[in-house]
Amino acid sequence: MTKHIKKVSGLSRREVLVGSAAGAGLVIGYSVLPNAVDSASKAIAAGNWDHQQFLTMDADGKATVHVTKCEIGQHVGTALAQAVAEELEIDWNDVRVDYPESHAKWGLHITGGSWSVNWTFDRNSRIGASARIALIEAGSKMMKAMPANCYAKNSRVYTADGSKSVSYKEILSTNTIDRTFSEEEMKSIKLKSFGEYTIVGQSKQPLDLPSKLDGSAKYGIDVFVPNMVYAIPIQNPTRYGAIPKAVDESAAKKIDGYVGAYVNKEGFTRVNTGYVVAIGETYWAAEKAAKALKIDWDLGENKNISSDTIRDESIRLQQDPNAGFLWVLEGDTDKGMKNAQNKHTAVYETAIAYHGCLEPMNGVAYEKDGIMHIHSGHQSFTFAVGNTAAALGVEGDKVVCHQYYAGGGFGRRTEPDLHVLVAQTCKHVGRPVKLIFSREQDMMFDFHRSPTYQVIEGAEEFGRMTAMNHDVVAGWSTKRAAPGFMPDSVDKKGKVDQFSTNGSDHWYDIPNHKVRSINNELSDKALPVGFLRAVAPSWTFWAVESYLDEMAKKSGRDPLAFRLDHLTAAGKNAGTPPNSVGGAHRLRNALLVAAGRAGYGVKPLGKNEGMGMACVSSQERGSPTWTACVAEVKVDPNSGEVEVKKITVSMDVGTAVNPDGVRKQIEGSALYGISLALYENLTMKNGSIEQSNFDTWTPMRLNQVPEIETVLIQNGHYPAGTGEPATTVVAPAIANAIDNAVGARVRSLPITPEKIKSAMREA
Amino acid sequence: MNLSVNGSNQVVEAPGDTKLLWVIREHLRLTGTKFGCGLGLCGACTVHMNGEAVRSCQIELSDAEGTQITTIEGLGAKGHHPVQKAWAEIEVPQCGYCQSGQMMNAAAFLNSNSAPSEKEIIDAQQGNICRCITYNRIKTAIKRASEIMQGA
Repeated sequence: MTKHIKKVSGLSRREVLVGSAAGAGLVIGYSVLPNAVDSASKAIAAGNWDHQQFLTMDADGKATVHVTKCEIGQHVGTALAQAVAEELEIDWNDVRVDYPESHAKWGLHITGGSWSVNWTFDRNSRIGASARIALIEAGSKMMKAMPANCYAKNSRVYTADGSKSVSYKEILSTNTIDRTFSEEEMKSIKLKSFGEYTIVGQSKQPLDLPSKLDGSAKYGIDVFVPNMVYAIPIQNPTRYGAIPKAVDESAAKKIDGYVGAYVNKEGFTRVNTGYVVAIGETYWAAEKAAKALKIDWDLGENKNISSDTIRDESIRLQQDPNAGFLWVLEGDTDKGMKNAQNKHTAVYETAIAYHGCLEPMNGVAYEKDGIMHIHSGHQSFTFAVGNTAAALGVEGDKVVCHQYYAGGGFGRRTEPDLHVLVAQTCKHVGRPVKLIFSREQDMMFDFHRSPTYQVIEGAEEFGRMTAMNHDVVAGWSTKRAAPGFMPDSVDKKGKVDQFSTNGSDHWYDIPNHKVRSINNELSDKALPVGFLRAVAPSWTFWAVESYLDEMAKKSGRDPLAFRLDHLTAAGKNAGTPPNSVGGAHRLRNALLVAAGRAGYGVKPLGKNEGMGMACVSSQERGSPTWTACVAEVKVDPNSGEVEVKKITVSMDVGTAVNPDGVRKQIEGSALYGISLALYENLTMKNGSIEQSNFDTWTPMRLNQVPEIETVLIQNGHYPAGTGEPATTVVAPAIANAIDNAVGARVRSLPITPEKIKSAMREA
Repeated sequence: MNLSVNGSNQVVEAPGDTKLLWVIREHLRLTGTKFGCGLGLCGACTVHMNGEAVRSCQIELSDAEGTQITTIEGLGAKGHHPVQKAWAEIEVPQCGYCQSGQMMNAAAFLNSNSAPSEKEIIDAQQGNICRCITYNRIKTAIKRASEIMQGA
């Protein structure tokens, strides 16, 4: 035993095994677990291949890329597979993807942060390359040639002069491959560079597209298992804190197909404080029962909390000099403010926001051989498994999540609440359960985007900002969901929720810059907040980019020129390879591209029309995607109605793995941002969300969509994430355009006709 | 209860007030039709009833008896309805959840107006919500489907 462990521990943690059994295809995986074996072929023979198996090939030479991400509309599997296929030198038609079930070996399972391609491109390229090398080695042997004198292309290995070749199929159906790549060898593989790609950079049709045209795509809600009952959670009277005291089932019991009610009075920390789930043999029976059950609720401690209460607390906290922790501290802002020519202070706010996935939260759970299986499209098996196991009081390996297409994610499906609920309901009823949120439940029991309150105070002299003090007050999502991920504040006095503060550490040269991040704990108690597409940058850039325009005007400068003067890539803004190489120069370039394409300052505009701009480095300073937007609006000064006529969005993505996929993400995320900025509003009253369905919460519809032009900037730098950044750039661009059109500065999201008219009166 | 769905006759045992959406999904296992809001506000559950686009979450089973129901699975043989072809060509779907409803709505609309104006398209399609906000591609695809229907 000791010997065995010693032998195993001799393996590098990041060794890659490429292997096969005779004629049985190929598996390629990282060794990560202590029970890893030292030979791929031995492991396959023993049936205990237990690696991070990112790629397998069958004896026919077909490849399957195993994608530990969730398809939430971004076609992530296609992009990840393109990276593998490029280096594998495989015919794209021979490539498939699948989505493995949860397992501890995968490590952190998360689809979010616009991270998927950015985090995996290099790794997936090397996975593909390692398999190619092993195939060339085996193929060259078959042709009695030296591997160094062979190359691979289009699913075949060729001799250098191209006179002989064998297909991947021929190689894999006749050979046993057993190849180990050390970590150093993996690192030293020379990958193709920009300009040499044949699959990366192509707008391959999304692999998930065909099934989304004929109804065959399977989402979590489409799972059926034998003997399954349906469950519908009943709306709690407050978002957090309500506990069911008693449930009267007498009316429900008269419903044909009523199974029972699951009453939970304990709840589950960070998810809920208690709930009632109506259960029926059919959805229809469960829905009727949900209406018929009479529940006596203890409303809990948040029954008097409203949006105004939360806002008042934010104002109080912002005025308290001892509140919060520092996220940025550069120079001395007091000094920078003193004696400056121009000073300006402004308050920026954002309302509560709802993810609004069109597929409501749902999942199917059943127990088999002591394992709780949960089927549901989900963005983070790590959170789902960990929390479900904790709620059930079992080890993590007793919960297995199965992946499906998700009808929207936007960060909502990183939360574990559905999994906990459906597993507990399954335990209670002792049968497989499909649990589906009603739209009303989905809207109330979201982990919403926090309402935020920000104050920026700054100073300018001779066209340059000398100081910026920025206070960000918000509910903290990371503190609730993953407190271990919170970094120290810059002064080491506490922890900062970076996903509530990111973006405020922008790339403008301001010698004296301070950002204070303040947690509104009262907000957190009544309204557990989550991660909504782009998260903090959708409020921090709202403030920063609105403020830049205000300050430019105050100093008599054009907002474009004013921004460019502050984007010089000096000092810390020079950026670092690979992600932020080029630094602020790239943001400057993106801004110039958007301004140029939109015809900023050139295109003739009518009365009450205006153009406005913004540029952002969403998501994080360590992984920025340089994005700029020019919005063209027309405002009706009588009604205050704003029409967004066109938006032009430029994005420096470095390398676009799938250009049309990137365009789709820019289009969708920019419009999602406009929907948030103009049409969506949630309010809290008596601890409850006042809106309940698509009649009172009104996201963008087809008649409201503006023309959108997207410009991809590619320069061969490392691929940047593209699913979220455009969400953050549109709101300030629109607000700046409105100000340019009619002289109305709106500093609160959503921008409504009433706020525009009010701002026009103040102007 | 007897139901004609995608050209085949089905016998469904369910209370008459069961909403058609759940009959289609649960009893017939035609899961391409989606649940989105339950109030007829989002269009994810759109199917054809005697050729008209309807919100199946608002139709009771007893009212569907004797009608011809078509779901996305029965829209075109092998998914080759002009609307599906156009949706593929323009690569409309992102998450895809609303797209069955979008296509069913568009197909019924184009059946009544095969050469619509931009404004007619907007009026016809604005009842269907897409949260990935693929609206521009939906508009383009409806125009393209119209061309395909006219032999272009």
